[in-house]
Amino acid sequence: MNSDTVYRPKQGLTDREFHYCPGCTHGIIHKLVGEVLTEQGLIGEAIGVASVGCSVLNYVYFDCDMQQAAHGRAPAVATGIKRVRENHAVFTYQGDGDLASIGLAEAVHAAHRGENITVIFVNNAIYGMTGGQMAPTTLIGQKTTTSPFGREKEGTGEPLRVSELLATVPGAAYLERVSVHDPKHVRKAKKALEKAFDTQMKGKGFSLVEFISTCPVNWGIQPRESLDWAVENMIPYYPLGVFKDPEKEEEDD
Amino acid sequence: MSRVLMKGNEAMALAAIKGGCDAFFGYPITPQNEIPEYLSEHMAKEDRVFVQAESEVAAINMVYGAGGAGARVLTSSSSPGIALKQEGISYLAGSEVPCVIINVMRGGPGLGGIQPSQADYNQITRGGGNGDYHLLSYAPENLQEAVDLIKQSFDKADAYRNPVMIAVDGLLGQMMEPVDLERTPDSKQRERKEWATDGDAGRRGKANTIVSLHLDPNKLEEHNLALKEKYDRMVENEQRYERLETEDAELVFIAYGSTARIARSAVESLREEGYKVGMIRPITLWPFPENAFKKLPDTVHTLLTLEMSLGQMHQDVKIVNQGRYHLDLYARTGGVVPEPEEFIEKAKAILKKEDAA
Ligand SMILES: Cc1ncc(C[n+]2csc(CCOP(=O)(O)OP(=O)(O)O)c2C)c(N)n1
Ligand code: SF4
Repeated sequence: MNSDTVYRPKQGLTDREFHYCPGCTHGIIHKLVGEVLTEQGLIGEAIGVASVGCSVLNYVYFDCDMQQAAHGRAPAVATGIKRVRENHAVFTYQGDGDLASIGLAEAVHAAHRGENITVIFVNNAIYGMTGGQMAPTTLIGQKTTTSPFGREKEGTGEPLRVSELLATVPGAAYLERVSVHDPKHVRKAKKALEKAFDTQMKGKGFSLVEFISTCPVNWGIQPRESLDWAVENMIPYYPLGVFKDPEKEEEDD
Repeated sequence: MSRVLMKGNEAMALAAIKGGCDAFFGYPITPQNEIPEYLSEHMAKEDRVFVQAESEVAAINMVYGAGGAGARVLTSSSSPGIALKQEGISYLAGSEVPCVIINVMRGGPGLGGIQPSQADYNQITRGGGNGDYHLLSYAPENLQEAVDLIKQSFDKADAYRNPVMIAVDGLLGQMMEPVDLERTPDSKQRERKEWATDGDAGRRGKANTIVSLHLDPNKLEEHNLALKEKYDRMVENEQRYERLETEDAELVFIAYGSTARIARSAVESLREEGYKVGMIRPITLWPFPENAFKKLPDTVHTLLTLEMSLGQMHQDVKIVNQGRYHLDLYARTGGVVPEPEEFIEKAKAILKKEDAA
């Protein structure tokens, strides 16, 4: 996106109107994925795996073959697909409840096997679809419908940092945490996605891009304030940056 | 005809390769470990896919992914592992993704034991996972039949776009027996699956989706009714059974799998002694072969269900019987394999009582 580009029509997406709430960044992330798949010439051959969460219906948005997975199981489904369609771009799109809670084993083991897939991980620090319950990623002190007094370390632990966790897994090739709160960061996020799919198509192993995302409805704040809330509260705990880079690894070798 | 002596689990694994299996995903559990062990070597040699998953949950979801992408996929497990796979099986059935599942049953509930059992009958025939669905389920009596059924099972799964379950018990999995792997033809030439999410939207000119989600209740009902229509076709066309010595029988055993094998020798012994005993052997557990119970001779007065579970199949016998004959049940469970003598004794007791009456 050039600085003079204000709006660009959707690429890699169908004409269907998004159902996401105002201020939700799922839509921006969809657009970026669609653009990258189109620009890399992968959209006609890509296979995506939708997970369970607010983005469950993304199979009607992404203009490529899509399979809908059970809650948390998308990396296993993607593994099955990739093993029989080796030359195709295979990606999952998962929320933080889906990936960091019920599906943590599938995510860690897909990385552990060095599965050549790309995971798009949308961290909004809450369970959006079911009405705002506490997720493993919910911040300390954050009020949710199942942590009405604010999340406490005692008994619920401290928020799980998925990218850092996966960085300890040898099979993970490329891991980056990004944000989409302003155009500069959107551009950076797109670069990360490009690199993730590039990692996959070069057969270098597991790639994951973690997006800091918003959920104004369940955070109980105005859509306009939600980006600021993410910047002020989430990014300090979930620092942006690259946690694993196949090119760096090659240099080190 | 070339018969080779093979261990049950290994012969079943080889039959899957001959049935056209492209990919296997599984997780270790006794008494089926020789299946993944055999396939880890032979799938690689055939340039096909073998993955040892991190759990049965992951394995069945890999099956769902690979099956969705158009491949012929197999998984195998045993009772507690099948329990863990039920979520994925429900998704496979709901989104009409074909696959083959081998269940080498062991005792339960819970961790149960590792000896042969048939206590998964309800798990196999009642869905097991959530929702209105069925699996086409076969319960072979011996290794030859298991091999023949497995070789055809991928064609069946594809034809109905439905998971197929092969249910055996640890006895069959662990025994050595001569088998002829060429008795039935290898899998036929396959057509491209136009519904698959195989990453070919570019050629097709439209994207495919595989989903089990239908948020509109009317749409979901419509979908379930369409599935039901398919299950009705299976009931119509896929019932398989054997009737043994029923022509003049007074007492008819109902038994499947290893239990039927034991019951078969009990029938032979009883016949030698002049007792009029026969057997109905379900080969499909679902659809339950109700046709086998039609047109039984007037001589029949009692049906005796024999199973290695506490009357699970007996429920289906009650349903098809509809009060026509006396019913009785002889069951062993927990991994205890009955001896033919137990069946013989039970049969004689029933026949004696009936004579006295
Ligand atoms: C097996 C199972 N358990 C629970 C649910 C209910 N459920 C639906 S979405 C969801 C949480 C999704 O949260 P997240 O992954 O953070 O995505 P978001 O909605 O925030 O985008 C849960 C628990 C389910 N569908 N399946
Ligand atoms: S509930 Fe939250 S995550 Fe879901 S669409 Fe609305 S804002 Fe987005």
